[in-house]
Amino acid sequence: MELSVTDLAVGRGGVPVLAGLSFGLGAGRALVLRGPNGSGKTTLLRTVAGLQPPMAGMVRGAEDRVAYAAHADGLKAALSVAENLRFWAAVFGQRDIGPALRAFDLEDLAERRAGQLSAGQKRRLGLARLVVTGRPLWVLDEPTVSLDTASVALFADAVRRHMAAGGAALIATHIDLGLEAGVLDVTPYRARALEVAAADEAFL
Amino acid sequence: MRALFYRDLALALRAGGGFGLGLAFFLIVVVLVPFSVGPTSELLSRIAPGVLWLGALLACLLSLDRLLAVDFEDGALDLLATSPLPLEGVVAVKAAAHWVTTGLPLVLAAPVLGVLLNLAPGGYGVLVISLALGTPALSMIGAFGAALTVGIKRGGLLMSLLVLPLYVPTLIFGAEAARRAAQGLDPATPLLFLAGITGGVLALMPFAAGAVLRVNLR
Repeated sequence: MELSVTDLAVGRGGVPVLAGLSFGLGAGRALVLRGPNGSGKTTLLRTVAGLQPPMAGMVRGAEDRVAYAAHADGLKAALSVAENLRFWAAVFGQRDIGPALRAFDLEDLAERRAGQLSAGQKRRLGLARLVVTGRPLWVLDEPTVSLDTASVALFADAVRRHMAAGGAALIATHIDLGLEAGVLDVTPYRARALEVAAADEAFL
Repeated sequence: MRALFYRDLALALRAGGGFGLGLAFFLIVVVLVPFSVGPTSELLSRIAPGVLWLGALLACLLSLDRLLAVDFEDGALDLLATSPLPLEGVVAVKAAAHWVTTGLPLVLAAPVLGVLLNLAPGGYGVLVISLALGTPALSMIGAFGAALTVGIKRGGLLMSLLVLPLYVPTLIFGAEAARRAAQGLDPATPLLFLAGITGGVLALMPFAAGAVLRVNLR
């Protein structure tokens, strides 16, 4: 289990955001991405998750192994907590949703409609989805938004269990999760705006 | 795949899912036609197959703009794209669920509404067969249109403009089959054409829609 990113350049809408990025992530490890808003963390995570192609460079070891979680949780308000989880479990070929419910303290809410949950509870359900995917590489974009301190601890425990079971996690976050994780600041890899100007000249 | 199909059915049937919207629209269009063209039973019976087909087509179109847009907005489409399901399969399954919740009720309601339009007795069987053959193509072409416009705010109008021209062959042969049957002619040829169009659409469109969706998710 090894994610390796070599000389990666990613862009949004054809404009390069990050360039020259290389890192590796082995089994049982976590890597925290840091950087100011708009520095390209989300774009990088979407590229690693395979939602958009890299502008240059390679992402290896991510295909069909990523469980992706972004700002939107993909929950259906009309379905119950258990139904939402069961759906994602079935999509990923898994069955048991019990551990996921327990890990995020959702057992008492299992029959509640997802539309009636609070923002933090929705987030917990969105993160519980990661557990039912059974995928080894978690790619998480600001996973702790709207979580309280206790829930952040639940989340950190879940990530720790995932790492202990041989999984890996790539997390963009601003808060300290208390994980033994490497930190990658993406600020130095910001793509220079100069190249954009040069590319546009022909059209001006 | 099966889980996605059942989830879409459950979502359509629960509150706010919009089940019955197409059916109600179909009913209203067909009921309004005699008011607009006059209650001459001979005229109504002549235009009945065309009106029923046009009504079914527009009713089908009505719920299409939510087909992928809802999943795009709440992030589920991104998550499905990173799941083991191929996007082609996702679109095909969602089109199938759309057909079951929108197309199939239209097929079943059409003979009842045919009575309202004084459809000739010989036309009922073929009308139902032609709708049953044609509406899956409408759902699948619509899913392609929805994939093209996913991510565009208020993309429904644009989608209608893109999709309606693609509906023309289905409409021509479907309405023609129903019309021929109502006039006591042999409807086999347009029915075969209709089946061919639907077969081709079901075979090709999932791949086109999957490719388009992949580009739109970037």
